[in-house]
Formats: sequence, structure tokens, C-alpha cells
Amino acid sequence: MEAHSTQTKRDVESGSDVGARPSLTAKGLGAGRSLFDKQILADAAVEGLKKFDPRVQVKNPVMFVVVVGTAVTLAESIAHPSVFSWSITVWLALTVYFANFAEAVAEGRGKAQADTLRRLRVETEARRLRPDGTEERVSAADLARGDKVVCEAGYYIPSDGEIIEGVASVDESAITGESAPVIRESGGDRSAVTGGTRVLSDRIVVEITAERGKTFLDRMINLVEGAERKKTPNEVALTILLAALTIVFLPVVVVLEPFATFAGASVSVVVLVALLVCLIPTTIGALLSAIGIAGMDRLVQRNVLAMSGRAVEAAGDVATLLLDKTGTITLGNRMASTFIPVAGHSEEELADAAQLASLADETPEGRSIVVLAKQRFNLRERDLGSQRVFVPFSAQTRMSGLDIDGRQIRKGAAEALKRWVLEQGGSAPGDLHTIVEKVAKGGSTPLVVADGSEILGVVELKDVVKDGIKERFEQMRAIGIRTVMITGDNPLTAAAIAQEAGVDDFLAEATPEAKMNLIKAEQEGGKLVAMTGDGTNDAPALAQADVGVAMNTGTTAAKEAGNMVDLDSNPTKLIEIVEIGKQLLMTRGALTTFSIANDVAKYFAIIPALFVVSYPQLKTLNIMRLHSPQTAILSAVIFNALVIVALIPLALRGVRFRPAGATSILRRNVLVYGVGGVVAPFIFIKLIDLAVTATGVFH
Amino acid sequence: MAFFWTVAALVVALAVVWRLLGAYMVSVYEGRCGWLGFLERPIYRLMGVNAETEQTWQRYGVSLTAFSGVVLLIGYGLLRLQGSLPLDPQHLGAVGPAVSFNTIVSFVTNTNWQAYSGETTMSYLSQMGTLALQNFLSAAVGMAVAVALIRGFSRKGSKTIGNFWVDLVRGTLYILAPIAVVAAVVFIAQGAVQTLAGPVTVSDAINRVTQVIPRGPVASQEAIKQLGTNGGGFFNANGADPFENPTGLTNFLSILLILSIPVALTYTFGKMVGSVRQGVAVLAAMTIIFGAWLAIATVAEHQPNPAVAAAGLTAQPAGNMEGKEVRFGDTTSALYGVASTQTSTGSADSAYDSYTPMGGFAMLSGMMLGEVSPGGVGSGLYTILLFAIVTVFIGGLMIGRTPEYLGKKIQAREVKLASLGVLVMPLSVLVLAGIAVAVPAGRAGPLNAGPHGFTEILYAFTSAANNNGSAFGGIAANTRFYEITTAVAMLLGRFGVIIPVLALAGSLAVKEYVAESVGTFRTDKAIFVGLLLGVVFIVGALTFFPAVSLGPIVEQLSHGKFF
Repeated sequence: MEAHSTQTKRDVESGSDVGARPSLTAKGLGAGRSLFDKQILADAAVEGLKKFDPRVQVKNPVMFVVVVGTAVTLAESIAHPSVFSWSITVWLALTVYFANFAEAVAEGRGKAQADTLRRLRVETEARRLRPDGTEERVSAADLARGDKVVCEAGYYIPSDGEIIEGVASVDESAITGESAPVIRESGGDRSAVTGGTRVLSDRIVVEITAERGKTFLDRMINLVEGAERKKTPNEVALTILLAALTIVFLPVVVVLEPFATFAGASVSVVVLVALLVCLIPTTIGALLSAIGIAGMDRLVQRNVLAMSGRAVEAAGDVATLLLDKTGTITLGNRMASTFIPVAGHSEEELADAAQLASLADETPEGRSIVVLAKQRFNLRERDLGSQRVFVPFSAQTRMSGLDIDGRQIRKGAAEALKRWVLEQGGSAPGDLHTIVEKVAKGGSTPLVVADGSEILGVVELKDVVKDGIKERFEQMRAIGIRTVMITGDNPLTAAAIAQEAGVDDFLAEATPEAKMNLIKAEQEGGKLVAMTGDGTNDAPALAQADVGVAMNTGTTAAKEAGNMVDLDSNPTKLIEIVEIGKQLLMTRGALTTFSIANDVAKYFAIIPALFVVSYPQLKTLNIMRLHSPQTAILSAVIFNALVIVALIPLALRGVRFRPAGATSILRRNVLVYGVGGVVAPFIFIKLIDLAVTATGVFH
Repeated sequence: MAFFWTVAALVVALAVVWRLLGAYMVSVYEGRCGWLGFLERPIYRLMGVNAETEQTWQRYGVSLTAFSGVVLLIGYGLLRLQGSLPLDPQHLGAVGPAVSFNTIVSFVTNTNWQAYSGETTMSYLSQMGTLALQNFLSAAVGMAVAVALIRGFSRKGSKTIGNFWVDLVRGTLYILAPIAVVAAVVFIAQGAVQTLAGPVTVSDAINRVTQVIPRGPVASQEAIKQLGTNGGGFFNANGADPFENPTGLTNFLSILLILSIPVALTYTFGKMVGSVRQGVAVLAAMTIIFGAWLAIATVAEHQPNPAVAAAGLTAQPAGNMEGKEVRFGDTTSALYGVASTQTSTGSADSAYDSYTPMGGFAMLSGMMLGEVSPGGVGSGLYTILLFAIVTVFIGGLMIGRTPEYLGKKIQAREVKLASLGVLVMPLSVLVLAGIAVAVPAGRAGPLNAGPHGFTEILYAFTSAANNNGSAFGGIAANTRFYEITTAVAMLLGRFGVIIPVLALAGSLAVKEYVAESVGTFRTDKAIFVGLLLGVVFIVGALTFFPAVSLGPIVEQLSHGKFF
């Protein structure tokens, strides 16, 4: 095998076989490590320390206040050491550390995935074509846009490009995790190839379309690693709200000093800092970025790459889903389901002719006719001898078939066949029109079969709606999302399938322009639109849609126009993407509510502790019956730190999504995170107080 | 029982007002009502205003600020020159600089905090030409801002939010003036004083005393003082003075006038944004707070005075009557107090300083919630809408959508402006009260020591920053320190909120609508009302709990101990 001699340098160096090249596991990016893999936790524990860097902390206003507060209590503890002040200082530092740790854990899996991908991006050697047609060997690093390279079986494709010559089977498992090879060929919508994938057979010429450092692989690495992570619009808005809640508590706490003095009490700086940290929304502040990273990660787990966090957020708001019929709603291929003879011909006669006409037809539809004839009448594929001529399908004739023993058997669209029999001197039987109409109205495609000038009957090709898709659409409806089926079928067929699949609406005889107009109309009505697409002619619509998911099998143009790429090329995934978007926002809302609701209990712990010396009456407010002012304040601080750790799993996994109307979701979340957020800290602060008291260190 | 019927009558009357006045205000602000056009058009000509042109939020804000600034300066000048101007039968002379500043700020900001005693400080010209006029104008300004915000929600893709001058003129001319005229007539009919003839001297030959009884154009001021939720009385005793508030009927009418516009604006809001239910939701939240606080105040005031009981006096009336008019009684006084403190009116027919700790707490905390139940004319609505924005932001996230309210996406800019608008008040109160308790000039203010003294200080700034103007009493408001600091609080509490609200209106008006679906957070449902209340309470509690626990809570827990 000569091809092996041009493996990547790394493979040569390591002496490994081609197949041993690093790739993500069989299920693709998604099947990485578990969320709480030991290695990830260990790395995060170290990373959490590095994040104490003030340059990192300043990006998060809430946690920055905690950092400054910790510095203040540290200085105070050094100046006036006491077990109490040191305990507070340590727990404040731990609060920051836990926040850092949460973020590091969320980043961990992406980092691991990025490392794996990076190993794919090793120096590949490319065979570049000179203008005169000769080849030269260059490093993939030196390839520029527009260069043409040759790839043969066994070669790695050096960079992203379009096949301009040839057809090949390509192993894309390194990127998609799908082990079955895919066919890539020049022209049409299957011409894009990705750097880092391997040609399994044949020879292709690829024109490079990506610049160095901007290949799909590079983008993937950046995305899963979160290198270019920017705060999403909603994250910015929430950060502002949290900053406002932080700023307002500064004077609340600072003025307690003069208030206390006026009341004849004195409060220490350590206690004021402790109160401040307990009041500002540290729980959500600590977990906010982890929630965002984990949301992107959940998409990656499902083999979807979102080009921006903004797109994930938009997914949560989607009001209209445009779904391609083929592959999303139906199983892609139409299957022959019945033979309907006309004008006195028998069903078997029709089946026989239909099978003959389909023998050379390798399309799934053709195969299904052969299979159906076999099942119904035990007609087998037969040896046809040599006296046969296959007539392939063409866009002009819109029929196919074969000529055998002087017979001319044809199958095709009704209009085409009618014209054909007329040309042959025959005529269309009277009942044909009604049958064709009926089949079409039922959502199927009528295929007319003729033998010479005789029309034998109609084969019904049925679109098979995917299992369970109707239930998914019902769920979508429950959360207020309208589903629109896009199909090239005529309105009659489209209506029947739409009915069967349970979509809310359909766009029949869809052209790219019609699709685009539909998106614009929906958007003008204030709705966010999500769609999938793979062809170059989908690109404008993908760009116009608020969430445009390009199939990885699609063209480069489509992939660039969309804001997400589905590596599995499974259009049904749009529904999951919407759910992940919603889950992300719900998690933010739930933890914000929880964080703020927690403050009520903290007040009841700290306020009586602060002033009970001057006003013993205030001990009535100590409804938790905490042991002493010191244990009360420390317990609140400890609770405040530990709750971050306790909520890391929720932040990373997300609040459970249930398909239900807004009001019922809200009621449930308010109950769990609002009311729960008020009640829980009363219980846990009390428990922590018991533990702290049990140490006997605090009076 | 009488109290029950008073409340029932009030509810029925307000329901009628809500529907009729609410719809009338829609037609006024949408320019469909023109029966006073013969007065309106000359005013525009005089002001050089083209009523057809609309303003961006910036222009609107500049017009509003410039207008307020100019009337503030003119008002200050008139007060300082009072002695040289006519209509000063008592020859009261010029008003001092600090008190003039405090007073004019107070009236321009719709606060009506009174650091002076009306009958011994203000000439009739000042009362009518400066103070009563400001009662109209500041109320019209508040309503204009609320309407501008409503337009922010109801318009789409619009750069403009209305014309300030038109809103100001129409609000005054079509809404405030006609109602005030009618109400003033009722007050006069009931016995409120209305004269320019100056004080009368009464000689009691038997007891050999001669008394000067101040009079003046009282009834006319009384009507707008309540209707515009201003609250500044002609006399120092405010609504407890029989010349201002002569009968039970005027007392009832006062409460009704106070609540009319703030309540009716929720209908106006709902109608203008295309769904009255949205207005009902907001009104429901307002009503629940009002009802709860009314319950606290009436229950607290209906207890025998613990201090009196502690002094061994067994025969005392059913309720705490210290500082209350016997004409009105304990519970109706509490009703008046709650209506006045929760509308940023600040007029009073009883002395809050003499309330039980929980009664006083009800007055104080009603303001601390941000004056949203139902709040001042205009300000109540726009403030609760700020809270609503914060609510939908958190609630919207919890249902898995980026938040929206009334079809408008709530994004970073809206959150920023709403947070600012919501937090200006508590920040101003806490910082200024912190300064007051820290400096000698501030510590010298309160009459009482300990927690009650602290409550007096806290109340002063809460009242000022909320543009309420009600007085807890017991604090020496007429000192330089309090005159300046409360003026600062009033300005911050007014314009610190109005400017973000107008910016918000501008930012919302340009936005397009987001279509509604079953996945949308419904803001006309009970759960929204619950969440909105939650946000109002939590923001209020989180910011003021420490302060309140050092004041009324300590007092309450001391069970009648004096401070």
C-alpha cells in the first residue's frame, strides 16, 4: 500500500497504523468523560486555585466583592487574630475557591475534548497540485485558500475544502464519531470535506476553502474549549442585575456601622464583611459562568456545535420550528405500499411489471417496489437474459424502466406516463385520474406503470412518518412552539403528511425563496425561527433564521451560514437544541431565585447576632435559636460557601426540562427554587450551627 | 362596623373611578378628548409648542428637567420675595433661604415635605401661586412620565414617546383641574375655609383672651393636595385641622381623591397596552399590599395604648387614640394614614409619631416598599412597572425564555435602567440616614432617644426619598441639616427615578413586538402577581430589614417601653 507511505509525520514517528490515529470515541464528541470524571475534578481543583488571579476575578462583579472582602478580613485577622475572624476569612476564601472550582469543572470536559481534537490537527503533509498538473509535497500548514490538493485512499485530508474532482468514501469518525464512511463527491451538496478526516477509497482533488487556523477543526477546538467564550446577551443582563443587587448591599452593610453606633452597639469589620458576602447573590454569581459553559457542553454532548452562546439562548426563545419533511418528519425514503391496478388488469400483472421496471433501479423507492412484489406475490428477481435495455430516469422524461423481449415497461409520474402512452398510440384509462388523485390526497406518491401503450395501474409510494415524531410535536405545542413542515411535495400530499405527523402547518412546493419569505414573515410577527438545512441554497435561510442548524454533511456555505452545526446530521435534533436552550435559561433563573430567596434566612441568622448585645429584645428574631452571635454568623457564612458546592451538579446538568406550558413550569420552579430557597437555609444554617457549636471553639 | 362600611364604600367608589377615570385618561393622553380645546390651544401658542411633534426620550427628559428647573427657580424667587409681593395679609415677610429651597424642591418633586408651618410662614400668594400651582404641575409631570412609559410598551419601532409639553398641559387641564374644582366645591360646602380676607381676631371677653385665627384659600388647595397625591397642607396640622378637613365626608373624600388617579392609571395602562387584564394584574398587586398594610395598621391602632396601660390607666378607649382626632377615630385614621403613606401623598389626619410601634411600622414600611401600592400619581405606576421588569426578568428565565414583558424583550439595557430606578430610593434613604446618625447636626434632630429617635430619622429620609412628604413628627425638620439633606433625598427620589424611566420608555418604544404563545410568561395571571409581590417585598426587606430591626422592631419587642 503506497498510500501508507504518506501518512502524517506523527503516525510515521510513532510507527502506528493509520487506524490508530487519535479520534474521539465511537459516539463522537459527546461520549466524552462523565461530568464528574476523577481526572476532571482533580484538574479543576488545581485550576480553581489559578483562578484567584485578580484579572479573572474582576470579570465577575459579585465574586470580586467576595475577594475584596476576604482581603479585608484577612488583614483584620492578622491585625487582631482570633479563631472567629480566621474562620470567617478561611470560609470566605473557600467561597471564592468553590466558585472557581465550579467554573473549572464546567470547563474541564471541554478542555479534555479540545486536547483530543488538537491531536488530530497534527502536521499533515499535503500533495499540492501545481498549475501545470504536477504534484508537490507541502506541509498542510503552508496551504492557502484556493490551493488544490490530491487525496487518495489512506490519506488524511489536510484542510477544509470542496471536492472539485472525483468521488470518494471518507471516514469522518474523528469529527462526528460516526464510524460508517460517507460518500463525498464533486458538485452538488455533498462536496465539502473536513480537514482531519480520512479518505478510504478512490482519489479526489480538493480545493482548499479554509485559511490556516480557521478550519472547522480549529473552530471546534476553540468552541469546546471555550477559548472565545463571550458573555451572551442574557448573561450580560443577568450580570447587571446581580451587580445591582451587589451594589445595593454595600450601603446596606456600610451604614450599619453608624446605625449600630447610634444604637450604642459596635460591629466589627469582619462581621460586616460576613454579612455583605452572605447578602450579595454569591450562589448565582459563583455558578453563572459554569451554567453557560455547561449549556454549551450539553450541546456538544449531543454532537452539536454552537458557534455562539447567543444561538443557544435564542434556541430557548424559538417560537417556530421549520422542519424539512424528508429525514426529519419522515424516514427519508418513500416505500411502495400497494399496487392499484386499472382498466381490468390484475394486481399481480401490475406487480410483475412494476418489479421488472424497478430491477435496475437502485434508489430506495425502486428497491421497495421489488421487495413489495416479492412479499405480495412471491415474485423473485429473475435472470433477464441479455435481451434487455435499462432506461434510466431522467429529469426530461420523468420515468424509467426497461425494454425486454420487445416489451417497453415504464414507471414514472402520472403526467409523464400519460403522455408516453399517448405517444405509443394508447390512451389513459378512465379511472386512472381518480386513483392518482386519491393516492396523492392520502399523502403518498402515485407511480404509474405502463407496458407499452397499456397503463397497468398505480404503485402507491408512501412516506413513512417517523416513530414518536407526533408525540414530540405535541410536546413542542405544549411549550408554545409551532412546527412547520417544509416539503417540495404538492399541497395535497403535504397536507396529508402534515396531518399524519401532527405538525401545525406546512409549506408545500417549497422553494428557497418561499422558505426565506416564510422565515421573514414569522420574524416580522415577532417570532424567533429555527431551521435546519444542508444545501447551498439553504444558506440564505440558515443565515436569516435565528437558529440555523447546518448538517455536517452539508455544504461549506450552509455550515458557514448557520450558527450551529450538527455533526450527526440529524435534523430531528433541532427539538433537543430548543430544549437545551430552555434548560440553560431555566437554570439561570432558578439559581438566581434560589440565591436571593436564601437571604431571608441569613438575615434572621445575622441581624439578631449583630445587635443582640444592645437590644436583647432582638433575640426574638433568632428564630433558628442559633447558639451564639459568633456561631450564627459563621454558620451563615459556611452555608453560603457550601451551597455553591451543593449546587454545582445542578448548575452543570441543568434544571430538568419538562414539556409543559409556561405557567405550570413557572409554578413548579417558583415552588422548588423560590419557596425552597427561603426554607432550605433555615434548616441547614441550624444544622451547621449545631456542628460549629459542637466543636466547642466558639463561645 | 362603621370602619367596614367605610372600606366597602371606598372599594365601590374606587371601582367606578378606576373604570371611568381610567378610560377618560386614555382618551386624554391619546389626544382624543378636546372639550377644553379653547383653553388648550392658546396655551400651546403661548408656550410656542407645536402639539403635533413628538419627542425622543432624550428630548422628553430634557424638556421635563428644564421645566422642573425653571419652575423651581421661579418658586424659590417668589418665596424669598414673599414680603414684597401682594396677598400677604399677615405680613409674614420673606421665607428663609434654606426653608425656601427645601420647600420648593419638596413641591416640585411632588413630595410636599413641609419644614415650615403653613399658617405662620406662607402668604396667600405663596400658598396659591407657588405651592398649589406646583401641586398641579408636579402631579401632571408624574402622570406624563407614567404615560410616556406606557407608550414605550404600546408602541413598536418608534423613536418617540410623546410630547412632554402636551402631556403636561393635557394632564393638568383635562384631568387635574376639573376634578379639583369639583372637589374644592364639595370641601367648601362641607365647611372648609376659602377666603382671601386674612385672619380673624376673636376676642373672648369672659376669659379675656384674644386669639388670631388664620384663614385663607384652604379648600382649593385641599382638593389638589389630595388628588395630586401631594399632601402639603395649608395648615401645619394638615388633615387634622377642621378648616382643612371639616367632616367625616371630607375625610372620606380625601382618601378617595388620594387613591383615584393612581388606581385609575392601572386601567389606563392596561387599555393602552391592549389588555385591561395587564392593568388588573398590576392593580391586584397594589391592592394586596395596601390591604395587608391596612390590616397591620388598623389592628395595631385598634389596640389599647400599651404605654397608657402601663401607666395604670385602666379606662382608656378601645384603640390607641394618642395623636388622633376624635372625629375620625383610630381605624379610620389608620386608613387615612395607609392611603396617604402608600400613595406618596403624605397628608395626615393623625400623628404617626404617636402610633403604636407596629402602626408606625406600617406607615414607614409602606413607603419602603417603593410607593407602589398604589403609589403617587404616575410615580406609583412607573415604579411598579420597574419592579415588574425585574420580576419578568427572573420569572421569564425560570420558564426557559429570555425575558419579555408586554411583548418587549427585556435585555441588558432594560435591566440596567430598571435596577437603577428601583435602587435609587433605598440607596438614598440608607446613605442619608447613615450620615444623619453619624454627624452631630443629624443626631440633634430627633426628639426621642434610642430606637424611636432612630425611627424618626429613618422615617424622614424614607418619606423624602419616596416623595411622600408625610411627617412622622418628632424630628426638627426645620434645621439647616435636615432642610438640605431631605431636599437632596427628594431630588434623588424624583429625578433619579424619572430619568431611568424615560430612558426605559425610549428603549422599549424602539423595540419590535415578540409574539405571544403558550410558552410565554403570562403577566396577567395570579402567579405573576405573586412573583411581583415577592420581588417588591424581597427588595424592600433585603434593603431595609437591618434598619427597621433597629427601629420599630426593637420598639415592638419592648412591649410598650418608652424610648
